[in-house]
Amino acid sequence: MGKAISEKVLQEKYVQLENVNMSFVTKKGTFDALSNINFSIKESEFISIIGHSGCGKSTVLNLIAGLLEPTSGYLFCAGREIAKPGPERAVVFQNHSLLPWLTCFDNVYLAVERVFDSETKVQLEGRTSAALDMVGLSHASDKRPNEISGGMKQRVGIARALAMEPKVLLLDEPFGALDALTRANLQDELMKIMAKTHCTAVMVTHDVDEAVLLSDRIVMMTNGPSAEIGDILNVDLPKPRNRLELAENQDYNHLRSEVLRFLYERHAKKVA
Amino acid sequence: MSVISINKESINSIMKSEKTIVTKVQENKIEAFVDAASVVITEKKENKFGKHVLTFFEWIFPPLLGVLLLIVIWASISYQSPNLPGPLKTWHSAVELFRNPFYVNSPNDMGIGWNILNSLKRVALGFGLAALVGIPMGFIIGRFQFFSRMAAPIISLLRPVSPLAWLPIGLLVFKAANPAAIWVIFISAIWPMIINTSVGVSKVPQDYMNVARVLNLSEWKILTKILFPYTLPYMMTGVRLSIGVAWLVIVAAEMLTGGVGIGFWVWDEWNNLNVEHIIIAIFIVGIVGLMLEQVLILIAKRFSYE
Repeated sequence: MGKAISEKVLQEKYVQLENVNMSFVTKKGTFDALSNINFSIKESEFISIIGHSGCGKSTVLNLIAGLLEPTSGYLFCAGREIAKPGPERAVVFQNHSLLPWLTCFDNVYLAVERVFDSETKVQLEGRTSAALDMVGLSHASDKRPNEISGGMKQRVGIARALAMEPKVLLLDEPFGALDALTRANLQDELMKIMAKTHCTAVMVTHDVDEAVLLSDRIVMMTNGPSAEIGDILNVDLPKPRNRLELAENQDYNHLRSEVLRFLYERHAKKVA
Repeated sequence: MSVISINKESINSIMKSEKTIVTKVQENKIEAFVDAASVVITEKKENKFGKHVLTFFEWIFPPLLGVLLLIVIWASISYQSPNLPGPLKTWHSAVELFRNPFYVNSPNDMGIGWNILNSLKRVALGFGLAALVGIPMGFIIGRFQFFSRMAAPIISLLRPVSPLAWLPIGLLVFKAANPAAIWVIFISAIWPMIINTSVGVSKVPQDYMNVARVLNLSEWKILTKILFPYTLPYMMTGVRLSIGVAWLVIVAAEMLTGGVGIGFWVWDEWNNLNVEHIIIAIFIVGIVGLMLEQVLILIAKRFSYE
């Protein structure tokens, strides 16, 4: 009985941030980036973090990834405190961060090899091929990152992260550097992949449409310094979602304007 | 004017050899262009074959002119001071010298080929040992702040020391001339490799290191999959600088230590007052150094991931 309850709690609070504060020591003194961040993410939930640039949304992601340690407060993932980076929290980096001297295949293989180190070479290669296949890049597996387009690079980045079968997928402005058409394509594909894998995901973005289209909830952050969570918006649009149908959808447009109002009325960034 | 006529001929010969269909009118046109000296350059750029000839010319002419200028200066100086042999005399002497480069009369009288090979052997040994020690040291220093700070004072203190100042220490420790010469090469060639390798390692983008942290890669994997490939170009720069230094130092070291080698040979020829041979030695040292450098540039290009 007790176990069942704790499992339920764990599902509700799969990723948890408790009173997280973050300050950086700079030459001009300490800079308070985040103040008192509290929220939790359910299992299989897709969360977007949105806010103006410099509000510390990437910092939140890096904290969950374990790449940064909070100044105070606690972070948990699947009931365990996050102490360092690990493959159960895979990151898709903003600038893809593929190793330029390895082929796409080897880039993914490097991740797979580490996570599933008890498996045979054939199994590992199978996992790598499957991951590249999932993002539609089987044909480019022998190419190096500088031989493929920006969109393809980001797909490899996603394949690398997904191949690790992470508990949580962390996406740091994954499509920020792509053109609008490529971005839309990749968003659609990411939606399909998420529906298939039921992976928990946290995505940092500054694109309102992207946030509403992909997320179950949108965490909206106030401007820094000492940024905090301004509001959390539930996106209860049915899935699977279709961007064309949503364009006409009243709920969608309402949610969209809600986010826009938060960003441009309530917490407009002063023009520097 | 001679320049233009060369080009005109080559254009015509190229056009004929390429079996290009050139009507009489076009041919006349080209000739007209070439004759009108003022428009030659611009019109040629529109002509594909002419352009090739021109780029080849632009590429080969300046270096040739430079070499020619050097020879002229050399000839005029030797004309003024008769002790210095001129280019022609040196050339004849060189032809004589290279007629039999691998003779052995006595341990102190061997062909120029043996001298060069012996110097190269010392450089290879000293430089190889320096690479063997210097490159791993560079990786450790670049990777770990602690070692970097530990090595910093030692490197800044020892690096500016003149290579030959190390020779007495080598003679004292090894009690023989040959290992002492190799030691001097080692100690003077090691610094560029340590420094360049460590700079390369410390410049590895944080993004790649974040990837390594997220993937939880082992230190060995970080070294082989991230640090080494990223650092390779820096390392090759270090290697190139090192081999330059090594070849620079060997002549001086051999002058002091003796034995068979290009440096000792120079000294020996000075004692014989055979100045032609000294000038030839200067050219040999220059050319061998240039070749070593070019080989390393080729290797560096081969291993670059870009």
